[in-house]
Amino acid sequence: MLLAKIVGTVVATRKDPRLVSNKLLVARPIDPSGKADGNYLVAVDTVDAGVGETVLIVSGSSARMASGMKDCPVDAAIVGIIDAIEVSD
Amino acid sequence: MQLARVIGDVVVTRKDENLTGIKLLVVQPLTPDRQPAGRPLVAVDAVGAGVGEEVFFVRGKEASFPFYPVEPPVDAGIVGIVDHWDLERT
Repeated sequence: MLLAKIVGTVVATRKDPRLVSNKLLVARPIDPSGKADGNYLVAVDTVDAGVGETVLIVSGSSARMASGMKDCPVDAAIVGIIDAIEVSD
Repeated sequence: MQLARVIGDVVVTRKDENLTGIKLLVVQPLTPDRQPAGRPLVAVDAVGAGVGEEVFFVRGKEASFPFYPVEPPVDAGIVGIVDHWDLERT
């Protein structure tokens, strides 16, 4: 799973019917120290995250196991809002 | 499966309900020479691993199998703690 910072929202009117009423957010993966790392991605939000928050993103087929995402055409889902990351040296 | 070292932990209060009670750890994948290989990621813990230990983890939907019949939304899971490994150099 990826650590990421939410940097924006996505508005899409015409989309797969299974994506209707799901919030889409733009996320930038970060490393455990908070530094941006890798390319932006769009993820479905299942936990009411917002811009500026650090979140946990599950990607690949596992994204469909997020709450309410069964059989939905998604490959990245936000499944947690991070309180703290502790990394040893 | 990949070798990795556990380098930290993650605290998440607001999360998918199927993740409740599951420990999340930051792991750094390793080469057989114990050098970092690629970027660190977050994996769920199915074996009671802790920071500093060398482990192996699976990627993909299979990471949720240890928690069956619950299906938590996870794509990386620690499934073993490594005691030691040996390499035969030719």
